[in-house]
Amino acid sequence: MTAVLAEPGYFAARGVRALLRQPWYVAFTLLQPVVWLLLFGALFESVVPSPTGDYLAYLTPGIAVMTALFSNGWAGMGFITDAERGVMDRWLVSPARRGSLIAGSLLHQQVTTLVQTGVILGLGLATGARFPGGVAVTAAFVGCVVLLGAAFASYSNALALLLRTQESLIGAVNFVVLPLCFLSAMLVPADRLPGWIAAVARWNPVNWAVEVGGQLLAADVDWSLVGTRAAALAALAVLAGWASSRAFRAYQRSV
Amino acid sequence: MPVPSEPAVVADDLVKTYPGGVRAVAGVSLAVPAGTVLGLLGPNGAGKSTTVKILTTLTRADSGTARVAGHDVAREPDRVRRAIGCIFQKHAVDPEATGRENLALQAHLYGLRGAELRGRVGELLDRFGLAAAAGRLVRSYSGGMQRRLDVAMGLVHRPRVLFLDEPTTGLDPQSRVEMWTRIAGLTRDEGLTVLLTTHYLEEADQLADQVVFVDRGRVVAAGTAEELKSSLRGDALVVELAAVAGPDAVTAALGRLPVRELAVDGRTVRARVDDGPRAVPAVLGELEAAGLAVAAATVARPSLEDVYLQLTGRTFAAADSAGGAADQVAAGEPAGVAGVAGVAG
Repeated sequence: MTAVLAEPGYFAARGVRALLRQPWYVAFTLLQPVVWLLLFGALFESVVPSPTGDYLAYLTPGIAVMTALFSNGWAGMGFITDAERGVMDRWLVSPARRGSLIAGSLLHQQVTTLVQTGVILGLGLATGARFPGGVAVTAAFVGCVVLLGAAFASYSNALALLLRTQESLIGAVNFVVLPLCFLSAMLVPADRLPGWIAAVARWNPVNWAVEVGGQLLAADVDWSLVGTRAAALAALAVLAGWASSRAFRAYQRSV
Repeated sequence: MPVPSEPAVVADDLVKTYPGGVRAVAGVSLAVPAGTVLGLLGPNGAGKSTTVKILTTLTRADSGTARVAGHDVAREPDRVRRAIGCIFQKHAVDPEATGRENLALQAHLYGLRGAELRGRVGELLDRFGLAAAAGRLVRSYSGGMQRRLDVAMGLVHRPRVLFLDEPTTGLDPQSRVEMWTRIAGLTRDEGLTVLLTTHYLEEADQLADQVVFVDRGRVVAAGTAEELKSSLRGDALVVELAAVAGPDAVTAALGRLPVRELAVDGRTVRARVDDGPRAVPAVLGELEAAGLAVAAATVARPSLEDVYLQLTGRTFAAADSAGGAADQVAAGEPAGVAGVAGVAG
């Protein structure tokens, strides 16, 4: 019974250990959002009037969302290299549950997402951004980023198991990440978005997380907005997880 | 007489076709008695690896049944998985983890915990000469060390049946011999049943109690290496004469001896005899008596290579380089060679 919880833990620990053994990789993963934050901040500050007049504070949650998308987008790389190395086959002939492999990957990715989101919000605070929404909505936002990250990691895992090559996975991830970011209020407040983009953004899961992030700046938090978006993201994460387990079965059939 | 127990591995008429119509396995049957080594031989693309994938629950057969360690591979895959150890062609180790971490993860997946886990991991590190390197990332291991770790990982849960898919491919000659010694030791000391695939005929000759030849997805011969070689009826005898002799003179000289397939080409005389070493003195005596001086004589036992040639009409190397293409051709055509399915004993 404990194995149900323990197995994903073993796989996740393996991923985290491997990550920590690459200090340069960790450094760049943390440096990347800093660059986004400073670059986009400097670039758009003069042209984008933000609701509170503090563009850096507006941008900070959005960059956290963008960073989660990018890093979770590569989740599937692990499956591809494991399959190439034959490590995957080794696990598939072991009594380990198939679901543990997927759950382990998600767990490892979301630990990373948590750390990255924390660092970005901390950096925002350090550079003078203020979040009047308070601790509760900040926690809710971090939860939403993790749910979006999990959904996106599952998308990446499913693609990896179906496409099998790093090149096609990179292509498929890049194909969606930036468009999803730009079709949201991540960089530009909703009331300034062109009409069609605003219309699309309503159905864009990235925008759901961004909307919750926007509440960090609100003196009076709209909890019904936070609740509905969090619920929608949770549903999406479950759906994507289910889809990736289907992809896993398809992979096994083709072995 | 003890009641013969169920063989550790039994496959009955396995068929597997991959998407795209590639029939990788077209009716393979075999049996591995407990505690013995079976060598599954054949060129690349013959269906060896697919057979092993079915037997190890990695993939499912389209038809046919298989039981491993007393359990049906399709109906009770989890029980099969607990009983088997697998060492596949690739060195399936995680280069970004240490040797000890690789073994520990594997042990966790088979339910080992705490002191038992640490004890087993330490024991295997010692036994495979990896104790000193246990804390190093596997990335820094040599090919031979990675292979040893790979084998240790396959043994962590003390499996009853071991599958070795091309265990020495890519190893240098020294590591290969070392691996053979280890495999032989496993069956001798721990009573493991081993199913070994290889396309090194020499390897099967060294290790296997029984040999099954597969070609184009079918079993073309089965038996002990000795039986298969004996089926070729005899050793090759080559005599080099001191001077060129007429075929008639040679045939007349050897007419009273039990030699077959006599052929004379210049100074070279070739023949097949039942027992080469015993036949040599008689053959030399008759030749000398007929005034044909002999410069040299050699006797060659038939190799499994000769068996393969006889069975398929192709040399092993030629079939090997034809590789996967043969598989696809085989899907559409009737088997070129009548199968001798089933294992003796």
